[in-house]
Amino acid sequence: MNDTVAGAAFILASSLRLAVPLIFACIAGLWSERAGIFDIGLEGKMLLSAFASALAAYETGNAWAGLAAGVVASVLLGLVHGFASIDGRGNQIVSGAAVNMIAAGATATVGHAIFGEGGRTPQLDTAASRFEDIVWPGAGTAGHVPLVGPLYRDLVSGHTILTYAALLCVPLTAFALYRTRFGLRLRATGENPAAVDTAGVSVRGMRYAAVVICGILCGFAGTYLAVAQAAGFQPNMSAGKGFIALAALVFAKWRPWPALATCLLFGFLDAVSIRLQGVVVPGIGEIPVQAIQALPYLLTVILLAGFIGHAIPPRAGGIPYVKER
Amino acid sequence: MAAARTLPRWADVLLVPLASVATAFVIGGLVVAAIGVNPWSATRELITGSLGDSEAIGFTLYYATDFIFTGLAVAIAFQAGLFNIGAEGQAYVAGLGVALVCLHGGALPPWLLIPLGAIAAAAFGAAWAVVPGILQARRGSHIVITTIMFNWLASTLMAYLLVNELRAPGSMQAETAAFPAAATIPSIHTILAGVGIQIASTPLNLSFLLALGCALATWVFVWRTRLGYELRTVGANPAAARYGGISPAYITILVMGLSGALAAGVAINEVMGVQNRLLLDFTAGYGFVGIAVALMGRGHPVGVVLASLLFGMLYQGGAELAFDEPKITRDMIVLVQGLVVFFAGALEGVFRRGIAGLFAVRPRLPASQPAPVRPSGTHP
Repeated sequence: MNDTVAGAAFILASSLRLAVPLIFACIAGLWSERAGIFDIGLEGKMLLSAFASALAAYETGNAWAGLAAGVVASVLLGLVHGFASIDGRGNQIVSGAAVNMIAAGATATVGHAIFGEGGRTPQLDTAASRFEDIVWPGAGTAGHVPLVGPLYRDLVSGHTILTYAALLCVPLTAFALYRTRFGLRLRATGENPAAVDTAGVSVRGMRYAAVVICGILCGFAGTYLAVAQAAGFQPNMSAGKGFIALAALVFAKWRPWPALATCLLFGFLDAVSIRLQGVVVPGIGEIPVQAIQALPYLLTVILLAGFIGHAIPPRAGGIPYVKER
Repeated sequence: MAAARTLPRWADVLLVPLASVATAFVIGGLVVAAIGVNPWSATRELITGSLGDSEAIGFTLYYATDFIFTGLAVAIAFQAGLFNIGAEGQAYVAGLGVALVCLHGGALPPWLLIPLGAIAAAAFGAAWAVVPGILQARRGSHIVITTIMFNWLASTLMAYLLVNELRAPGSMQAETAAFPAAATIPSIHTILAGVGIQIASTPLNLSFLLALGCALATWVFVWRTRLGYELRTVGANPAAARYGGISPAYITILVMGLSGALAAGVAINEVMGVQNRLLLDFTAGYGFVGIAVALMGRGHPVGVVLASLLFGMLYQGGAELAFDEPKITRDMIVLVQGLVVFFAGALEGVFRRGIAGLFAVRPRLPASQPAPVRPSGTHP
């Protein structure tokens, strides 16, 4: 019995770890898309911030400097997308695709030019240069308490500060979007920018604000990958997580709390697929890992096609706003 | 748009893409310089590496073959107002069609087996693209998101099949057994050797001619047939198309099928022409190069072929450059590709308006009478 609980706590804890970058990136995309800026470049921003944060953390030996660098890099790349989408009135999908390519190419090129290791940054081997797991008081002894003990030890305690930040950014986002004037205006910008303009609020300003918030959160996601989960940068280390986050965003129908739930679900699927590698399940046989890995994409396609509920994107999403003259 | 009308056609067709692509290359050059490599010598090396001798040219055209196929796939969808990001996955799944025919049709003669393999590739590629097309046309899904998801689905599906089902017995590699010799598309250097012309041995094969044929066929279809007219009408204005008795849903599904079939050319070139077996990730991002190529070529087959040649040079010359310059890796090409997509695609309107602004200013200088009043520019 206690073994089962401990096993479950372990799986849940690793689900949470795998969900953290998804939560950051998904909430990032939510801010951008609710303001009417489609963003398929979450992946690229994550990758660039992973690189910048690993580089800064290695050079300074300080994880917080890494976070700052990751956020700045991601915001700058986000502003590139923002300029093309807002002032340039360009195609936001094309711009997002460009952001992904630029990030993949630039990180590997510059990383290789600096360190000569095919794009990898050196291992972050000092404690201060990484975000370490925080062990809550009594976590070690609490593990012996039946049921809640392992849950407290693995699920509540023992995560990096970024994990708690990811969980905190969901209620903050929900509050800001639904309970503040700024949030109302931002959501209106994504649905009916002309009305926002008529009310005397700058659509351009709202959209740039959304792009910057999106960049900050993607910066957290990338920093988590390189400076908390791993100890350094590797080319393409985001490995499609930005697209899973995008899938989660669609799956959650562009709402914060469902976004959290979806990201946790996708993180859980990821954890299970790692756990089930080569395991023979009685009665079913060996479950192919790829089948579980494909589930987030498959579920999103099915949901988007309206077979289970309907996912309707913000109405003005992807359309550049031009003031009438 | 008032500013766009002032732009002469030649400037719109030539100057805008040239200016945007030049900007992308200048920034690429700045990155090269920042790395500590002389951009001029890098450019020289890139050009000799891609055009210097018959071997270099052969490799350049071999890469260009892939890009023509994916570029056309993205371009034909553009013409119908659809953004097919899924060429990568469609080409990947098309490889499955090739492999199934080639692994089971070993007894057939080449003149039958190769066309059958190509048809299977086109059918599989088309099928993988038609599903997002149907979901968009009938269920209202967003084609961009669906095709992105289908890329990842293709990647997991093919990984599963190659690791668990198709892997050659006893092999540690996730790849099929080698195809029978009859399944190999003749390479250009063996054909030329047959008529007495000796050139270096390269992966360039008859698929290149197929790619050029596809470019011509795409042009004829889109600009010279009734269906092509309907396709462009749907792309320009779906509401007007529907009013004119055209079914946008039908066109969407049809165009996605054609787009997937064109993307399948990568599988023909790579799997049947070069590798002679199906292997993991043989598409190597060529589907995404197709986006850059289609944007740079303005969605027109001639532009696509020219842009593909340029990207073929980048890939081949870039490989040579990476070989000679230890500081540069082939990832540099992905960066340049991204810059091209950004400047030629996302910022296209900015370049057009900027150039239109220059044209609007110019006639006023020599003329003594005031220039006709135009609506003020649409950008600050």
